[in-house]
Amino acid sequence: MMENKAKIIVDDLTIAYGDFVLMKNVSFKVNKGDIFIIMGGSGCGKSSLLRVLTGLVPPAKGDVLINNVNFANASQAQKDEVMKKCGILYQSGALFSSMTLAENIALPLQQYTNYSDKLIKELVSLKLALVGLTGFEDFYPSEISGGMKKRAGLARALALDPEIVYFDEPSAGLDPISSKLLDDLIIEINQSLGTTIVVVTHELSSIFAIGNNSVFLDADVKGVGGYGDPKELLKNPPNQKLLNFLTRGEKGNA
Amino acid sequence: MLKYEVQNKRICISLAGDFVGYDFPEEKEKLYSLLNSASGLFISAKNLKNWDSTLLVILYQLVKQAQEKHIGVEFEDVPENLEHLVHLALKVDRKPSLPSSEKGSYLENLGEWGWNIYSSLHRAFSFGGKVLSSFRRLFQGAAVMRGVDFLFALEGCSYKAVGIMSLVSFMIGLILAFVGAVQLKTFGAQIYVASLVAIGMTRIMGAIMAGVIMSGRTGASYAATIGTMQVNEEIDALKTMGIPTMDFLVLPRMLSLMITMPLLTIWADFMGMFGGAFVGVVMLDISPQEYWKYSIEAMNLSNFMVGIFHGFVFGIIIALCGCYYGINCGRNADSVGVATTKAVVSAIVLMIVATGIITMLFEVLGI
Repeated sequence: MMENKAKIIVDDLTIAYGDFVLMKNVSFKVNKGDIFIIMGGSGCGKSSLLRVLTGLVPPAKGDVLINNVNFANASQAQKDEVMKKCGILYQSGALFSSMTLAENIALPLQQYTNYSDKLIKELVSLKLALVGLTGFEDFYPSEISGGMKKRAGLARALALDPEIVYFDEPSAGLDPISSKLLDDLIIEINQSLGTTIVVVTHELSSIFAIGNNSVFLDADVKGVGGYGDPKELLKNPPNQKLLNFLTRGEKGNA
Repeated sequence: MLKYEVQNKRICISLAGDFVGYDFPEEKEKLYSLLNSASGLFISAKNLKNWDSTLLVILYQLVKQAQEKHIGVEFEDVPENLEHLVHLALKVDRKPSLPSSEKGSYLENLGEWGWNIYSSLHRAFSFGGKVLSSFRRLFQGAAVMRGVDFLFALEGCSYKAVGIMSLVSFMIGLILAFVGAVQLKTFGAQIYVASLVAIGMTRIMGAIMAGVIMSGRTGASYAATIGTMQVNEEIDALKTMGIPTMDFLVLPRMLSLMITMPLLTIWADFMGMFGGAFVGVVMLDISPQEYWKYSIEAMNLSNFMVGIFHGFVFGIIIALCGCYYGINCGRNADSVGVATTKAVVSAIVLMIVATGIITMLFEVLGI
C-alpha cells in the first residue's frame, strides 16, 4: 500500500545571504515516493535551495519541514536526527580521497549503527553491487572514473537505507550513456526501495526521464516559475519562461 | 524471523516478521555453509513485514553463492521490489582490476628505491634549472609575471609576518639571555649577556628564526595554494595557454621572499636583542645604557651581514620548496596536505644544511 504522505513541505520560503534575497515566496510539497526535480537556469538558486533542504543554510523566512521537523526552528540535534534518514549525492561524488570506496561507504554505518564488522562489510559489498561496482571495494576515488565516483557516492548515500535521497546535478560531467545509466539507477532505487528522491538539475533529458513532480525556479522573479509534473508543464506551460526552459528556447521564442 | 531446513539437499528458507537491523553473524554463517552441500535453494517470504538492507544482504549473499555453485534458486511470495534489488545487485557491469601490489625481490626493491631517488633529484634540479631560466627571462624583460601577483606575494610575506616574527624573536632573545645569564652570573660576568645575545641573534639565530617562521607560514601557504591550483587543473590551463608556470607562479613568490627575508632577519635580530635587554635590565639589574653599549660593541658588520646573507638564502630555499611541492602535488585533497608538509619539512632541513655549508665556507674565508 502506497501512502501519499508529504515528506518535504516548503512553505513561503525566503533564502537570503545578508541583505541579498536570492528567492522568496517559495512553496512546494514533495510526497513519499516522488522523484521531485528542482530545475531552473544557472544561478537561479537551485543549489542554495538544496543547501536549505539539507540543513546547511537556515531559511531567512518561512518553513521547511522534512519528515515533519521544521528546519526553520529545529535544534541542530533534531536536524541531525532527520538527516540520518537522508542521503546526499554531491555533484562530484564528494568521496573522501584518503579512504577506499569500502571505507567511504562503511563510515556512516560505523557512525550510526551497532552492526557487527562482518555485517558492515557485507552491506558495503551490497551497496556497491547495487550501483554496479561489485569488486571495487579496495579502490581509492582517484583510481576510478567520474561516473563511477558518482555511483560510489550514491552507494554511500544509500548506506543507511535513507527515506529521502538528494542528488545535486547528477548528470553533470557525465557522458550520455553514463548519465542514462545513473537516471535508470535513480528510477530503480525509487521503485525498489520506495525512496523519495529530490534531484537538482537542468538536464532536460533527465528531467523528463525520471521526474514525476517538479518546481521551476525563475531567477528573474526570484521565486517559483512553475510547479507540477514536468511532462504536464511542457504540455500546459504557465509562462513563456518555463516553456523556453523546457524546449531549450525552440518553442518559447516562436 | 529466519527459519530454514534441509529437505533432500534442498535448503528451504522461510522469512517472517520484521527484518530491520538483522545482525546474527553465526546464524548467517551456518546458513551460508549449508550451500556447500545443497542442490537447491527455496526462499519463501509469505509473512514478511518490514525489511531493510540487512535482509537484502542475506538474500544477495545466498543467491550469489548459489549462482557460483550452479544451484537453482526459487522465490515464493518474496516482495517484487526485494527480488528485483537482489537481481540488480547481482548484475555486474565490469570486472575491476587493481594495480598489482605484489612485492618484488630485494634487488628489485633496491633498484626501485635508487631509481626513485634519482628521479626525485632529477626533478628537483630540473625545477631549479627552470627557475634560473625564469630569472633570465625576467632580466631580459620577457617573463610573463603580473606586477599585481608580485605585490600580492610581497604583501603576504612582509608586514603581515611582522607580528609573529616580533613575538617569536623577542622570546628567543629572552631565552638566550636567560640561559646565558645562569652561567655568566657564576663568574660575575652577567654584563656579557648583552654581547652573547647581540652576536647570537645577528650572526645566525635571527635568520634561523625568520626562516623557521616563514617556512611554516609562507612556504606552507605557497605549497597549499599552488597544490590546490593543481587539483583544480588551473596549472594545466596555464600550460595550455602557453603561459610559463615558472614565470607566472614561482617568480613572484621567489622574488618577494628574496626581498623580504633579509629585512625580516634584521627585524628578528633587533627584536631578539630587545628580548635580551628585557632580561638584562629587569632581572640582572644592568642599566639600559650599559646593555646598549655592550650590545653595540659586540655587534660588528660582518656578523650582521652574515645573518642577512643567511636570510637571503633561506628565502630562496623556502620559496623553492613551497613552489616545488605545490607544482608537483597530486590531484586530490590528500595530496595538498602531503605537499604542504613536505614543503615545510624540506625547507627546514635544507635551511639547516645550508647553515652548515655557509658556516664552513665563511670559516675557511675567515669571515
